[in-house]
Amino acid sequence: MSDLEKFRQKTRIWLEENAPESIIGVRFTELDGNWGGRKAEYGNPDMKVWLDRMADRGWTAPTWPAEYGGGGLSAQEAKVLSQEMTALRIPPALVGFGLTMIGPTLLRFGTDEQKQEHIPRIVRGEIRWCQGYSEPGAGSDLASLQTRAVREGDEFIINGTKVWTSYADKADWIFCLVRTDPDVKKQEGITFLLIDMETTGVSVSPILLISGKSPFCETHFQDVRVPVRNVISEINAGWTVAKALLGHERTMIADTFGAGSGRGKKRSRGIMAEHALRYLGEREGEVADPVVRNEVAQNEMDTRAFGLTVQRAKDAAKAGHQPGPESSMFKVYGTEINMRRNELAVRIAGPQALGWEGPGFDEEEIALTRDWLRSRGNSIEGGTSEVQLNIIAKHVLGLPD
Amino acid sequence: MEMVLTEDQELIAKTANDFVKEKSPISRMRKLRDQADPMGYSRALWKEMAELGWVGIALPESVGGAGMGMSELVVVVEALGRSLAPEPFISCVGLASAAVLELGTEAQQELWLTPVASGEQTIAFAHLEPETRYEPHAIQSEARREGDGFVLSGRKIQVLDGFGAEAFVVVARTDGASGEAEGISLFWVPADAEGVSVERQTLLDSRNAAIVQFENVQVPQASVLGEPGQCGEALERIIERGTVVLCAEMLGGMSEAFRLTVDYLKEREQFGTRIGTFQGLKHRAARVFMEIELARSCVMAAARAIDESSEDASKLVSLAKARCSDAYILAANEGVQMFGGVGMTDEYDIGLFMKRARMSELTLGDANHHRKRWSALSNY
Repeated sequence: MSDLEKFRQKTRIWLEENAPESIIGVRFTELDGNWGGRKAEYGNPDMKVWLDRMADRGWTAPTWPAEYGGGGLSAQEAKVLSQEMTALRIPPALVGFGLTMIGPTLLRFGTDEQKQEHIPRIVRGEIRWCQGYSEPGAGSDLASLQTRAVREGDEFIINGTKVWTSYADKADWIFCLVRTDPDVKKQEGITFLLIDMETTGVSVSPILLISGKSPFCETHFQDVRVPVRNVISEINAGWTVAKALLGHERTMIADTFGAGSGRGKKRSRGIMAEHALRYLGEREGEVADPVVRNEVAQNEMDTRAFGLTVQRAKDAAKAGHQPGPESSMFKVYGTEINMRRNELAVRIAGPQALGWEGPGFDEEEIALTRDWLRSRGNSIEGGTSEVQLNIIAKHVLGLPD
Repeated sequence: MEMVLTEDQELIAKTANDFVKEKSPISRMRKLRDQADPMGYSRALWKEMAELGWVGIALPESVGGAGMGMSELVVVVEALGRSLAPEPFISCVGLASAAVLELGTEAQQELWLTPVASGEQTIAFAHLEPETRYEPHAIQSEARREGDGFVLSGRKIQVLDGFGAEAFVVVARTDGASGEAEGISLFWVPADAEGVSVERQTLLDSRNAAIVQFENVQVPQASVLGEPGQCGEALERIIERGTVVLCAEMLGGMSEAFRLTVDYLKEREQFGTRIGTFQGLKHRAARVFMEIELARSCVMAAARAIDESSEDASKLVSLAKARCSDAYILAANEGVQMFGGVGMTDEYDIGLFMKRARMSELTLGDANHHRKRWSALSNY
């Protein structure tokens, strides 16, 4: 038996023995997974038990180095772990921006001291992170950000406002881009800084979206004092760190939208086809409205083609090819498919898609409407489609400025 | 399925691309057109391609092929598509040879495919009829049993590379009504058989196509492919193979049309600057890029699915043809628009790609047809 197969067996046995029964088969959406943090609330206390058991082995962050509390697994072993968890229907013990965004960034750019301070606490789910990038005056043109950091001895004094800080109201720390030099080219005066949300002068207010409640907040900084040792990389070198992290965010967003219908067993209907049959009826085994039938097929086929392209990029990476700026297309295309899917779903539901809340609409229909509204932000957040198309034109096609 | 080229496939691609650069620039296709060459392609170059192992790349070793698969064949055909090379890969290899492989006995395969793999002979697939459009089973040509064999009558149109082909694989009906899978039969008919007449057609891309008329053609039992009347399902598999080969050619064509366009955007100056600086054009070019990347993934997946006999293969073939149809038309239309006035002239190559894009879009099913097929295969 290969080492990998031995690892698979041992892993399966450990999972079977340690995953509390009450969490097996529990399906989380991205929003209600276990995000951890100081303010974490556990509806099911077994979820905390599960988190602690996984964290003890570093398996909340399986590939991170063991010296910082990670699992120290190879990519192959981590894949096996994930496969076994899926097979046993065990949900992830921990999710969040610590694992997906700031953790990898710290491992790449942080000092040993910074890694020792933050990484173990991410692995254990003790600290929940949020991201402070955008500002009211700095959206697509992120580098024009104005949140000021003025140095005073061993501290920076921060003043300014960040917007679209997802879950800032629930987070313990924020990783921020701040302006440390206003007199140089805009990208060159930015610093990447970690701030404890409990510091005096930090306040948070939620943002209401067209789709209703949202995880988005505004985060205000008024004379907030932050130690200089919380700078990641060098002072005024934050743009490089930020870009590395953004690339990661875009891949993550693309992955989220890349999965979907159109896959699976021969002759099995996808979710959108079922949806169309429910609202428009069936005629001789087909969606009764041929135009809608065609649109459903188009959407499924777009999704499948996109999924195959994401797979191709991953297989190329595994084969040792460097991923290039073409990953920008994943953000544009993945989000736009999702938006078209939502548009189509709403049109198929017809008048039943017009509910906001209350009687006359089932839960699914209300969610349909809210999801459609929310999806309109997909091509804006994380870099607008237009910015991504600029990146493709310049860096992939080599078109002149 | 691994969505990345193997080292062998990388090497095949490099050889094919080098060959195209050296021996098959677009000017070669242009010359064949301008001379109104009745074959529309070069038999000599076809022989060279056979000697390089490309014609038989996906044919079994028993007939002199390389015993590889669709995943390798598409790499070769994509390279040829870049230069609009008109050699008969889709018709002879993708369709007619696939039919002999799918339905023929070992003896039939050896007898008929050996001269194909060596480049000595070409064979064509006589399928389309005026009423067929894209429905494989909409066939009216009739074969009735007579003695040991059959007597075949019918009129086939747009038989790709049918002019000059040594033999035809003919789709006819021994039973049932047009549109039904039941009753579909396939026959091997030499071009010089009594009652066969071939008339060259002129299509917009100037490639070889013919009307082939069969009038009471005697087909001996030894020339019957598969079980008479029971080949409806096999016909779909054959057409799927041909479709993937066509998609590979389309992928090469759209990639090259787009490359020419992007190069032009970097050169052409108007309003005192290169037109590639205009965001209005940049974004459109970026969108064409994305569509071509998606098409590429679909062609790779369809070829691999056929090689692996995946139960998903039929859907992936329709996915590939739908995407290649839309993407090639987009790349060609955007190309001509971005070239501007000169894009409308015969002198510039972009117009040749536009013609080939339309030809290949409307051959073996357009995007709309394949979306309908996808729906049917997905049970809605």
